[in-house]
Amino acid sequence: MVTAKNITKRYGEITALNDLSFEVEPGSLFGFIGPDGAGKTSLFRILTSLILPDEGQVRVDGLDVVADYRKLRQIVGYMPGRFSLYSDLSVIENLNFFATVFGTTVKENYELIRDIYIQIEPFKDRLAGRLSGGMKQKLALSCALIHKPRLLVLDEPTTGVDAVSRREFWDLLLGLKSQGITILVSTPYMDEAALCDRVALIQKGSILASDTPERILQHFRGTLYSVQSENLYQLLHDLREYPATRSAYPFGPDVHYAPDTNDLNPNDLQAYLIGRGHFGVNIQTITPGIEDLFMDLMETHH
Amino acid sequence: METIIEVKHLYKRFGHFVANHDLNFSVGKGEIFGFLGANGAGKTTAIKILCGLLAPTSGEISVAGYDVYTQTEEIKKSIGYMSQRFSLYPDLTLAENISFYGGIYGLSRAEVRQRTTEILEQFDLGAFRKQLVGALPLGWLQKLAFAVALIHRPKIVFLDEPTSGVDPVTRRQFWELIYLASNQGITVFVTTHYMDEAEYCHRVSIMQEGRIVALDTPTRLKQNYQAATIYDVFLHIVR
Repeated sequence: MVTAKNITKRYGEITALNDLSFEVEPGSLFGFIGPDGAGKTSLFRILTSLILPDEGQVRVDGLDVVADYRKLRQIVGYMPGRFSLYSDLSVIENLNFFATVFGTTVKENYELIRDIYIQIEPFKDRLAGRLSGGMKQKLALSCALIHKPRLLVLDEPTTGVDAVSRREFWDLLLGLKSQGITILVSTPYMDEAALCDRVALIQKGSILASDTPERILQHFRGTLYSVQSENLYQLLHDLREYPATRSAYPFGPDVHYAPDTNDLNPNDLQAYLIGRGHFGVNIQTITPGIEDLFMDLMETHH
Repeated sequence: METIIEVKHLYKRFGHFVANHDLNFSVGKGEIFGFLGANGAGKTTAIKILCGLLAPTSGEISVAGYDVYTQTEEIKKSIGYMSQRFSLYPDLTLAENISFYGGIYGLSRAEVRQRTTEILEQFDLGAFRKQLVGALPLGWLQKLAFAVALIHRPKIVFLDEPTSGVDPVTRRQFWELIYLASNQGITVFVTTHYMDEAEYCHRVSIMQEGRIVALDTPTRLKQNYQAATIYDVFLHIVR
């Protein structure tokens, strides 16, 4: 559905996107995961023909994003990170407006948005500017879908949204995917990776790694340990002073510890920590998660 | 532990809508207190009341020893506040931003100089002191906004989603600064949507529809709800 080859985008001296290439299978949900400033928004604006790349080529469903931009816009739905509907139009007026712009009607494509729209329908005469954050988001999604796009592009739809509402939003996306729509989504929340068919980890304009959420974890170097003691803050300091340490990061109540050697003896580490006055020391090998991997890749890409 | 925030039977009504319903809790000196809840649960209203920006409908509330009805100006001088949309001046340098806020809080020139140097060093921002803030990445801005909130040596600092949108390393570096502040005896009152961060708090409260429905240490919350993580506790409560 999407084929991107060697995209580069510069703003003056800043390189926002540096030689990005990737492919998105039709009907799949592809996630770009990375922090603010990684280049996610620039990338999505190129894919939706809103800005031009300096180098490289992108095709969406066979259409070139530069040459065929008029046709492209008929088949792409885009939900920007910032709320950009008409605040002084009502919910239903916004929806009708976007349907009309694309030469269709709300009735014609109602089936596609029903599950989402039904949740804001009780407020259909309210001005969009007066909706709560969650309702604005659902209206924006409805408007992005009203012309029945083949590709849906969502820029950080869950940023600043609480953990439960985030999960509910993802349920909506999975429902849309099951109707055959290809979805590209960006997020700074690493835990959302597991819900994608394929993810690309992106940082400072480069893709650090791209794979399925399961396979991508194999990019982690070496063994990872979970270490616990009664004093998390002191534990972090002491682990960082241990000679064989590559990294030590807090993860909830534990510290995830990566040695820079393949033959760490956990008993030695345990003895060292007890010697430093720690109580309740517990060391276990664990499978790295997506955040562990991201931090590991950030180090190697420095 | 010395109590620094005391909240008894806090109610806040907007017309018929009850935004805060009988909140009761206290927070100690140097404590890291996590204030969780779904969007719209009433967190922001409660924080505004504690900061002296909004009067409660009823209840007995004191912050840093001051009454929220009558001593709001004293409260504002005793607290620091970092909002999600913090306001720094992009066309001032990092050091100028800190000094500017020092001036706003009424510090003398000598104090401003001393605190600016101290904070730049503590937060490891010294190398960038002459950089214009507009050109800094988000993670640095967040650190700077936190630094600015501490310029007048407040007893309490309120952090409203301080780590939204940054990479996982920067997010953890920010939490080490929170620990640093806490070790210096500053009370940290923090909201977040990252549930793993809730585990770094000394105690966590979870709000739902205006009420505090859970309040305890992360360990005991997980035990009580027989959950592996605070995220599971949160799902259990809010769903």
